[in-house]
Amino acid sequence: MQISGRLELSRRHLLIVGAASLAASSIATPRPAAAQPAATGAPVMTRVSFDVNGETHQLELDTRTTLLDALREHLHLTGTKKGCDHGQCGACTVIVDGRRINSCLTLAVMHQGDEITTIEGLGTPDGLHPLQAAFIEQDGYQCGYCTPGQICSAVAVLAEVKAGIPSHVTADLNAPVRLTNAELRERMSGNICRCGAYSNIAEAISEVAGRSA
Amino acid sequence: MRSFSYERATSPGAAAAAAAGTANAKFIAGGTNLLDLMKLEIETPAHLIDVNGLALDRIEDTADGGLRVGALVRNTDLAADARVRRDYGVLSRALLAGASGQLRNKATTAGNLLQRTRCPYFYDTNLPCNKRKPGSGCAAIGGFSRQHAVVGASEACIATHPSDMAVAMRALDAVVETVRPDGAARSIPIAELHRLPGDSPEIETTLQPGELITAVALPKPVGGTQAYRKVRDRASYAFALVSVAAIVQGDGTGRVALGGVAHKPWRVEAAEAELPRGAKAVTARLLADAKPTKDNAYKLPLAERALAAVLREARG
Repeated sequence: MQISGRLELSRRHLLIVGAASLAASSIATPRPAAAQPAATGAPVMTRVSFDVNGETHQLELDTRTTLLDALREHLHLTGTKKGCDHGQCGACTVIVDGRRINSCLTLAVMHQGDEITTIEGLGTPDGLHPLQAAFIEQDGYQCGYCTPGQICSAVAVLAEVKAGIPSHVTADLNAPVRLTNAELRERMSGNICRCGAYSNIAEAISEVAGRSA
Repeated sequence: MRSFSYERATSPGAAAAAAAGTANAKFIAGGTNLLDLMKLEIETPAHLIDVNGLALDRIEDTADGGLRVGALVRNTDLAADARVRRDYGVLSRALLAGASGQLRNKATTAGNLLQRTRCPYFYDTNLPCNKRKPGSGCAAIGGFSRQHAVVGASEACIATHPSDMAVAMRALDAVVETVRPDGAARSIPIAELHRLPGDSPEIETTLQPGELITAVALPKPVGGTQAYRKVRDRASYAFALVSVAAIVQGDGTGRVALGGVAHKPWRVEAAEAELPRGAKAVTARLLADAKPTKDNAYKLPLAERALAAVLREARG
């Protein structure tokens, strides 16, 4: 109910902003929520709240704000990186409700009530996540820019294998999945490392996978 | 990105009505293709209707022994469903051959069908493209066209449809279920969902304005050996140059659909009668009307060899 209250507020706001353009429009708009403030080109603001690393945040954002920009520019969680901003490089990978996604290709407003985990939520400098420790141990990076995305992705990959989700290189779709090197490389293909630290990244993930197996 | 207003849909019918009644509105589900195109201002909706809250994310058994896949079922979940892995292996394989783990976690069944071409000239707003700007011309024709369509194209457009999933669904004779703005439901065989470009390549499907896909129904399992073979420029996370979805029965009959060769998943049922005679005979019929460019003529022998490999594997 708290959520719908906020929505009503935001829709009322949209309606006020949109009233001028609506009056001038010949298009029949059956419902208030279909008001057209964007036709003027003015930014449309909306409210959203979600949990990041266990803490609830309420934000008022331009509807265009991606989850990535909300995290970096509004919540100042700059561990998550912007690489290509088009879902091709994986530097922006975060975990939403237990699943890895590209935070650059999703709008913040679409995550009302979601639980988001970023690299800052996986471990701390004094209490590293096992994968963070393994990346250091195995030298799984050079410049480090792709590393937060690599680690968030790897955490989710281990969960996906545990859940029995097959991949392109899984030989038998109906048998349990084993995390071979080929499986690992296929599953991590959405994370690009321009320094080419792939073999060490694979070692780091294998090390943790072997330990948890 | 242009500014837009945003609403969360409350029911499929209300979503369809809102889309039809609002100027320049679009549905958003996974958003992985739409937001990419909005950032480039190739897509410029003034209003987004978020359909993620609609309860269309289930895979249900149907009365005729098939499956009804909700429009919002994520690609990962469809590929991993035990029934799909067991009975519709070609579909699991096609899904797993597409995109990356992150994208498959977000991309939906309906969104996958409706994704737009990856033609580089469609993406380059400095160049003409009839699909992006009707009447402006086609930069791919006479351009660098090694990725483009070899069959079913037109003087206006030689783009391909990028989906792997849709190719498998075409081989499976899936049926797309929709709701229209007036609330009426209809079913569209997948063969009739996607259009060839003709002189209006900007119109990619037979969906009406505001019509919302609610599910994709898979007929009861047809058995056989099912395979999806995708040929691409790198081993993972790339679009198909050519792909083959095949279902081969013990008696040598079967079904074949191709991806990466046309504006829609390419299947010619009559060509399947040639299956017992081998890949050369099938592709000769399947691609009889092909008009490749000098850059993409390689796709014809590539399709034949990819199918030959699939048939060899299927027949053990």
